[in-house]
Amino acid sequence: MSVPGLIRMGDNTLVLGQRVSEWCGHAPALEEDIALANTALDLIGQTQLWLGLAAEREGKGRTADTLAYHRDAWDFRNLLLVEQPNQDFGVTMMRQFLFDSWHLEALTTLAEHDDTEISAIAQKSVKEVTYHRERSSDTVIALGEGTEESHARMQAALDRLWPYVGEMFSTDGDDLTDMAALRPAFDTYLETVLTEATLVRPHSDFAHMGGKTGARHTEHLGHMLATMQVLPRSYPDATW
Amino acid sequence: MYAQMIKSEATQDDPEKLAAFQARIDAGDKIEPKDWMPAGYRKTLIRQIGQHAHSEIVGQLPEGNWITRAPTLERKAILLAKVQDEAGHGLYLYCAAETLGVSRDELTEMLLDGRMKYSSIFAYPTLTWADMGAVGWLVDGAAIMNQVPLQRTSYGPYARSMVRICKEESFHQRQGFDIMMKMANGTNTQKRMAQDALNRFWYPSLMMFGPSDKESVHSEQSMAWKIKMNSNDELRQKFVDQTVPQAEYLGLTIPDETLAWNEEKGEYDFAEPDWSEFFDVLKGNGPCSVERIEARQKAWDDGAWVREARLAHAAKKQAAKVAAE
Amino acid sequence: MKQEWPLWEVFIRGQHGLSHRHVGSLHATDATHAIQNARDVYTRRKEGVSIWVVPAADITASSPDDKGSLYDPADDKVYRHPTFFDIPDDVGAM
Repeated sequence: MSVPGLIRMGDNTLVLGQRVSEWCGHAPALEEDIALANTALDLIGQTQLWLGLAAEREGKGRTADTLAYHRDAWDFRNLLLVEQPNQDFGVTMMRQFLFDSWHLEALTTLAEHDDTEISAIAQKSVKEVTYHRERSSDTVIALGEGTEESHARMQAALDRLWPYVGEMFSTDGDDLTDMAALRPAFDTYLETVLTEATLVRPHSDFAHMGGKTGARHTEHLGHMLATMQVLPRSYPDATW
Repeated sequence: MYAQMIKSEATQDDPEKLAAFQARIDAGDKIEPKDWMPAGYRKTLIRQIGQHAHSEIVGQLPEGNWITRAPTLERKAILLAKVQDEAGHGLYLYCAAETLGVSRDELTEMLLDGRMKYSSIFAYPTLTWADMGAVGWLVDGAAIMNQVPLQRTSYGPYARSMVRICKEESFHQRQGFDIMMKMANGTNTQKRMAQDALNRFWYPSLMMFGPSDKESVHSEQSMAWKIKMNSNDELRQKFVDQTVPQAEYLGLTIPDETLAWNEEKGEYDFAEPDWSEFFDVLKGNGPCSVERIEARQKAWDDGAWVREARLAHAAKKQAAKVAAE
Repeated sequence: MKQEWPLWEVFIRGQHGLSHRHVGSLHATDATHAIQNARDVYTRRKEGVSIWVVPAADITASSPDDKGSLYDPADDKVYRHPTFFDIPDDVGAM
């Protein structure tokens, strides 16, 4: 059954899309504000596709919206990385860069999937995420290399988020593809960007786990969902 | 409107040049950045386009307030796209103002320190989801009324940015009305929300057009220069005439007991908003005036290191390129 | 006064093979950044397939005072326009 794997893909894009959308109206420059909104819009669009297909295949009469709005944190299957709070622009862009770098590898593989509905979503998403990765990489490079302050902030962001990188490459039978197999390509790309950004990859391989299995999310997810789900939860008989 | 109470500057230029300039405007010519223009025309335009741009940017905040709480994925995407458009509109307008010799940073600083204003409407809070409907329906509806004629304004870059804005904005009012329809036809609670939103946004929407300008000298000058295309009262009347039947369609009541169709004039009679409230808001005493500027100030301050770092990086890249050559 | 990101002019070619057309301006630190910003700001509605960006400072514009000498001479060259010529209807489309 592909449903758990589809939900993982959709929960990642949903949770990150929600996080990125929090920036709207608050970014460092208008151009960046507009760019972040484009990323969030792409991610929300991908969510509708992944969760839509998951709901359809599950066959219990649920929709992408019911999956998004009527599950609690423990039923979410997103990576811990994407539920991390935005903090400053540096953390936000570093999180984006790390996720995009994994996401593009995952989607490129899924674009060749035997299941044509899965490959179709992946093929559409690859185009969007190719650009996401380009933009987030260039931003990490510019801010990593820019000024003393920006360099320090970007290194701190990388150090802060690094323990959430390992989970992207943990894998089990629910995944739509072998995520562990994506690591070498990810590492190669990461190395190129970090070098140009004059940032140092942290040494520790320690990785927090529990997001994609739902075993243990961080405290942040519950708060995010409380905000996101407030209307459908408060007014269950309403349609919007 | 998005540009309210713009004082047009008196002009002390060579009368011959002034007459030639006015003749160009009367002939429907567009004035372009490098053309000669009266100092007052330039100053008034900077103030007007700047205020318009600020309104778009501050206007992101009340609607941005609901992006993270939009009740469906589709509503979230639509709202986000709409608020993003507002950032885009602000950007186009700042660029138009820049052709007059003021920088975006200078304009931003004038917004933050209170030397420049933004539209009074954005100093009001958005309290329920129905407010997303009311803002789109009423606020964007009022804005469109002012912006469509501004596509013919005499200053080329301003007119061109208005063309682009109007094209993009056509979906904004519709999405607002669509939300209102859903709410007005929904559960009792949703209906209550819809009525409550209309109650709170009706008079502030009427204020958007600014006080009556029948006797205002400034308006006359701006209209002669074709940077103001209609009188405030004319647009307000048009707005009321257009909106009343829409409210009836929704089954909502406009919070004005004096509202009545005037057969003789062929238009609605309606109550004026409380203008003392309007002037309070302009002075920075709107319900959310402080929060709005605080939010813009925070984005500006928190973003400083990013703006600097990107510049520093570009300079380093350029230096490396030159060294390699 | 702190330094601001430079201004760029953006030109976009639409899907129908027409020339690049000026669509507006934006701020960016270098050409790569300007292209990315242009994509994000000016192609939100699939307006284009190709983007040019030019630093605004590098554009040389004709002076408005030369308007007469640059454009008026074309006024009397009406024969450059197809409607100048009367072609008999029997000839068919031309």
